[in-house]
Amino acid sequence: MGKFVVRRLLLLVPILLGLSVLVFGYVRALPGGPADALLGERSTPEKKAQIEHLYGLDRPIYVQYGKFLERAVRLDFGTSITTQRPVSAEIRSRFPATVELSAAGLLFAVGGGIPLGYAAARRYQSWFDNASIVLSLLGISIPVFFLAFLLKYLFAVKLGWLPSVGRQDPALIADHPTGFYVLDGILTGNLAASVDAIRHLVLPGLALGSIPLAIITRITRASVLEVTNEDYVRTAESKGLTRRVITRRHVLRNAMLPVVTVIGLQTGLLLSGAVLTEIVFAWGGMGQFMYDAIFSRDFAVLQGGILFIAFVFVIVNLLVDLSYGFIDPRVRAR
Amino acid sequence: MLKARRTAVVATMAALALGAAACGGGTGSKSSGGGGNAALVFGASADPKTLDPAYVNDGESFRPIRQIFEGLVTTKQGGTDVVPALAETWQPSPDGITWTFNLRKNVKFQDGTLFSAAAVCFSFDRWYNFKGIQQSSSISYYWSTVFGGFAHNDDPKLGVSLYKSCQAKDDNTAVFTLTSASSTFLSGLTLPAFSIASPDALKKYNADQIGGSASSPSFSSEFGTAHPIGTGPYKFSSWDRNDKLVLERNDDYWGDKAKLQRVIFKPIADGNGRRQALQSGEIQGYDLVAPGDIGQLRSAGFQILERPAFNVGYVGFNQSKPPMDNQNFRQAIAYALNRDALVKAKYPEGAEVATQFQPPSLFGWNDQVPNYSYDPAKAKQLLANSGVKDPTIEFWYPTGVSRPYMPDPAANFQAFKADLEVVGFKVVPKSAPWSPDYLSAVESGNAQMYLLGWTGDFGDPDNFIGTFFRQQLPEWGFDNPKIRDDLEKARVETDLGKRTSEYKAINDEIMQFLPGVPYVHTKPALAFAKNVKGFVPSPVQEELFSLVTLG
Repeated sequence: MGKFVVRRLLLLVPILLGLSVLVFGYVRALPGGPADALLGERSTPEKKAQIEHLYGLDRPIYVQYGKFLERAVRLDFGTSITTQRPVSAEIRSRFPATVELSAAGLLFAVGGGIPLGYAAARRYQSWFDNASIVLSLLGISIPVFFLAFLLKYLFAVKLGWLPSVGRQDPALIADHPTGFYVLDGILTGNLAASVDAIRHLVLPGLALGSIPLAIITRITRASVLEVTNEDYVRTAESKGLTRRVITRRHVLRNAMLPVVTVIGLQTGLLLSGAVLTEIVFAWGGMGQFMYDAIFSRDFAVLQGGILFIAFVFVIVNLLVDLSYGFIDPRVRAR
Repeated sequence: MLKARRTAVVATMAALALGAAACGGGTGSKSSGGGGNAALVFGASADPKTLDPAYVNDGESFRPIRQIFEGLVTTKQGGTDVVPALAETWQPSPDGITWTFNLRKNVKFQDGTLFSAAAVCFSFDRWYNFKGIQQSSSISYYWSTVFGGFAHNDDPKLGVSLYKSCQAKDDNTAVFTLTSASSTFLSGLTLPAFSIASPDALKKYNADQIGGSASSPSFSSEFGTAHPIGTGPYKFSSWDRNDKLVLERNDDYWGDKAKLQRVIFKPIADGNGRRQALQSGEIQGYDLVAPGDIGQLRSAGFQILERPAFNVGYVGFNQSKPPMDNQNFRQAIAYALNRDALVKAKYPEGAEVATQFQPPSLFGWNDQVPNYSYDPAKAKQLLANSGVKDPTIEFWYPTGVSRPYMPDPAANFQAFKADLEVVGFKVVPKSAPWSPDYLSAVESGNAQMYLLGWTGDFGDPDNFIGTFFRQQLPEWGFDNPKIRDDLEKARVETDLGKRTSEYKAINDEIMQFLPGVPYVHTKPALAFAKNVKGFVPSPVQEELFSLVTLG
């Protein structure tokens, strides 16, 4: 297994290298540059030339790429032209927000999806099953930003039950040692801050988790159905085992494999940054940051950010693959 | 039986969870009433970049900076006239080259050190001696706008600096020596970029430290991110990036103490998000209200406060692209556009039709400039006179943006296109996303005719028409030496009366020449909760939260 992990990690190198060339070339091929975006209506050709010279953007592209690689190896991804801070600092301050939001979405999706999918499979072709299919279709087809807007309007603006914006009540005084607000509240003994952070996670988590929920429900349902019809389940039933034991030991364990794959893929997608949800809820995470970087042609942020996301995706998938070993003994034995 | 029990358990847990979430912290309103210990949460449209006044030029960074710092002079509340701030009185020498400022006594910085002439000169010398990335026009934009160059220009195009030296004659007298007479110097000093910071703090927290690498420099100083120390009525408390910036009342402030204990700036980039946060009570005010929301907010009982008009929206002509260089052709366009109808139909109440490239509130505005009032018949005549065989125009407009002077660019485009086609022009639409595509196309001279505008920075006509026409720019595509020279002359004229008539004459000249058609001045709006009192909107956004109370 160690060899397996090492091999996978080594794959990161060509992946990230290839991606870096793509990103580097692509952002520079777009019309306009960071100087235009920075100066806005105040631009003059002199000012523009000055900024481009300052950031080395008037050098040949291979020189720029060389410098970029040279720094990237030292994990220095340059400075954001729009915020004037190092890209790594920007990522470090925003990624926890995206992680918390993804965790909330995933919790909702997995915590709701697996039981729903299982229940639907058990009640195959009943009204419940059909309802679950409809719900899944709805979940996948409603645009996330629209759902976010709807939830916000209903529960925050109209009913006032939950906050409409941000990660925490601005008037609340709290320390954030790690950047994960729920965790920070617990670490600093400020439980009110943790609860407040959780309240802020409910609506965006629901919005973001809607698509994974739908997908996980369907996959779980299909997988459970397939396993339930297997011979070994019929054998277990005829052995006289209780429903609970059959479910736990035979059906769920075996049905989980495709579900875990899907969860892994969904996690990667969530962590790449839910742009629209983050914008609607003013979340301050990676998604909105990357989106803004495109419009301000903030090359350093785009380069560093995209490579970072790719890295996270690869690691998450590696962990998913490793988890197969725990779930499926056949993989372990290999 | 087991199934029913399980369902019941799940249902109960779900209900409990929802209930706990709802009960967690109560509903909307977070502000407690009255003054004393109250806090106001304001919805900004973005996080500040840094709180070092010399390094920023965007409104959202200046917003908290204006509460923490003060300069020698400032603008009158709600207007553009220059009034005292840290300087009580000032006198220029007869040749306009030496300016003596008599400073307020017994003023302390928020770190307890004493404000003095030495502190003033320290800051000005610091800016004058900026090097490398500090000279970038996206960093020290306002220094270059008012003073031009630095002690050692990295870019030769920056030219000789207007600033020569600052001398602390005594603790309360600062004497500035300029390299030439200037009349924009004083109004330029009202800009928050020229706020005076504590020299102790600037030194201790390495305000000039640059990190990163040569082609990727970054500011690594703590001054702007953790210790911005000025003399103002609020002081810095804490800053969670992208989350909130908290200011606390400065109880040792030399003037009228702030009414509210805390002001919290929360960045919410989406305009709808800001509106909803106001409606749900999570914030008590926000800026950049979409014109379409004004009616709804007013009827829901929120206050809409308008800033006096200090911007201009215009149709720009690029005369390097024929037939834009044909005077009759340009005049035909001007007479063809029904500006009144557009402003009445597509702009919020308070917007006015523009007749020249600066707003009426600014001196130098001329009520006698050529008036190209809507006249399609005259436009057709002029078009015929122009001799242009093929009256086709590439008309550019931006997408994905809303500007204070142009909330809905596509609507303006459609209205103007229809006006032009009635007269016989053929319009080819050209659109691009605002930043940087559209701006890049326009500013590099690729757009034949385009929609653009400008918001003024400080109360000087040169900030409007000087910015547009004092230099040859690709977006206008022409070289008119007379207008350029007249603008240069007016810029250095020190007598206000003479200066006013000079600018009046120039505005007339410009509208005769017709490099473009200005069409609107708008009043950007802010929205506040019903109980917020005392906020005074300013045309140049010099807005103090120290005057605000929660009723």
